[in-house]
Amino acid sequence: MAQIELEHIERIFRLGDSEVHALRDVSLRIEAGEYLAVMGPSGSGKSTLLNLLGLLDRPNAGHYRLEGRDVTTLSADEQARVRSARIGFVFQSFHLVPRLSAAENIGLPLMLAGVAPAERAQRVAQALADFGLEQRAGHRPEELSGGQRQRVAIARATIMRPAMLLADEPTGNLDRSTGQEVTALLEALNAGGTTLIVVTHDPVMGARARRRVLMEDGAIRRDEAVAPAAP
Amino acid sequence: MSPADTLRFAAAAALGNRLRSALMVLAMSIGVAAVVVLTALGDGARRYVVGEFAALGASLVIVLPGRTETGGVNPGSFITSTPRDLTVDDAAALLRAPSVNRVAPLAVGNAELSSGGRVREAMVVGTSADYLDLRKMALSAGRFLPREDFSRASGLAVIGETLRAEFFGNGPAVGRSIRAGDRRLRVIGVLAPAGQGLGMNSDEMLIVPVATAQAMFDTNTLFRIMVEARGREALGAAQREMETILRARHDGELDVTLISQDAVLGTFDRILGALTLGVAGIAAISLAVAGILVMNVMLVAVTQRTAEIGLLMALGASGRLIRTAFLVEAALLSIAGAAVGFLLGHAGAWAIRLAYPVLPAWPPAWAVAAAVGTALVTGLGFGVMPARRAARLDPVQALARR
Repeated sequence: MAQIELEHIERIFRLGDSEVHALRDVSLRIEAGEYLAVMGPSGSGKSTLLNLLGLLDRPNAGHYRLEGRDVTTLSADEQARVRSARIGFVFQSFHLVPRLSAAENIGLPLMLAGVAPAERAQRVAQALADFGLEQRAGHRPEELSGGQRQRVAIARATIMRPAMLLADEPTGNLDRSTGQEVTALLEALNAGGTTLIVVTHDPVMGARARRRVLMEDGAIRRDEAVAPAAP
Repeated sequence: MSPADTLRFAAAAALGNRLRSALMVLAMSIGVAAVVVLTALGDGARRYVVGEFAALGASLVIVLPGRTETGGVNPGSFITSTPRDLTVDDAAALLRAPSVNRVAPLAVGNAELSSGGRVREAMVVGTSADYLDLRKMALSAGRFLPREDFSRASGLAVIGETLRAEFFGNGPAVGRSIRAGDRRLRVIGVLAPAGQGLGMNSDEMLIVPVATAQAMFDTNTLFRIMVEARGREALGAAQREMETILRARHDGELDVTLISQDAVLGTFDRILGALTLGVAGIAAISLAVAGILVMNVMLVAVTQRTAEIGLLMALGASGRLIRTAFLVEAALLSIAGAAVGFLLGHAGAWAIRLAYPVLPAWPPAWAVAAAVGTALVTGLGFGVMPARRAARLDPVQALARR
């Protein structure tokens, strides 16, 4: 049983009277611990695929089995629980809550899940240490650099110890060296066993993944496993 | 999310935009304060009037000459002549009614007073010994009119505080003489200062025996007869006995009007109570307006924080959790508004009491509870729609917003 199994997924958006076929007959199997890059031109359906994988969107047809369980038929609240426990998101624009400090942003998923404050504080402290953010715990996002912000976002995405990490252009808003730092961080998490799925159109980042899925017009054009790039 | 965390999260969200929250709290507090102040004013007026009447005595019946009929034309209307006057003999006869405790005849007029070269005009009240207790007045010096026959015109006088100060200054007043018109009176007592009461200022009054006043004004009629029943329960019986006595004395015709404090008091109580309710209702409109403002502000907040809502959903927040968070935020702002309004309202009522000490402007408890309750209900009620809108956002589209 693969961790993620997509079968004949269709996703159609209606814009006025025209229909946009965002995903056409997409089938995909991803094993636990894989490092996968989804690539392709804009409008090819990469982000839609990522939203579907993250249970933020529902397909019009097809089945999505996550860890053997069909999640397409779950109610919105049940999907929220699955997101909370199994899925971590990293966004291009970080999506930090501006009025909360770095530590509070990292602790947000724990708070939403109802984890007791004492345990929360301990786990947040550990995450701050793991991501080298101890000095920045009380700072608000506007007081952090881009790299620090993305590190806070990654810490937040992993604080619930999810099975998979979905990253949408995680380095898109960062300069080259910070981007590499963040990439290394994500790869380290993947090395620890977390499935890493990255949407990018940065060929350098794509080249580092062990499996590349190329999308075009909502369909998978190429799906190739490659030997890991030399570090 | 635990309740404490929800509260903290909502409070942080409310404090995140200070100006918006402050304006909303202000609007809500003005509404609550308006209800509190206006009902304090209305209820204060009611209590003032009721208090004034109660000061006259709850078991008091006032007899007026003449009868106001609202029953239309009856056979009696064609044979009656002008009403007979009230006389001191009527007053003396009323004293024989078993339910009557005290009787004070009243003859009133103005006269020029003079003493020691000082002259002024003042109200002269002719009455009897019982008047002091009937009106619940007190003396600061000397004694009141002696108990004697209503027809004895002795030259005694009791003066009010203002008259005492104006005529005798710091010297003793009791025992001095004062002229009223062409009569020489001996001052035997001074009334304790009492201030204004229902248009009669007892501080500027000169009280003499009723016969003296009638002689002074050359009349044998009375202005009023004030009667005190033996307690409040005896009021009805006293009124019936008095009607019987007066009918018999006035050739079988009841040509007087009896007014009891109870009836007047009840009417004023009802009128002013209704007035207070009306004023509270008008003030409550501002609360409804504040409620709409709450909705507007919360809708803006949902729009402003769309990306944040999307993020919370991505992080595993259910729709209910987001709805609760926004509702709690609206509730917190409403509670803050109600609390500030409560304090503002009480400060306003306090200022009114300071400016008009005679007015007991305390907001009634029901009005305060209703104002605060309405504030919370409108705040929550108008917060539901924005909260639902937030919870129903599509996470993908919400996240796409910056």
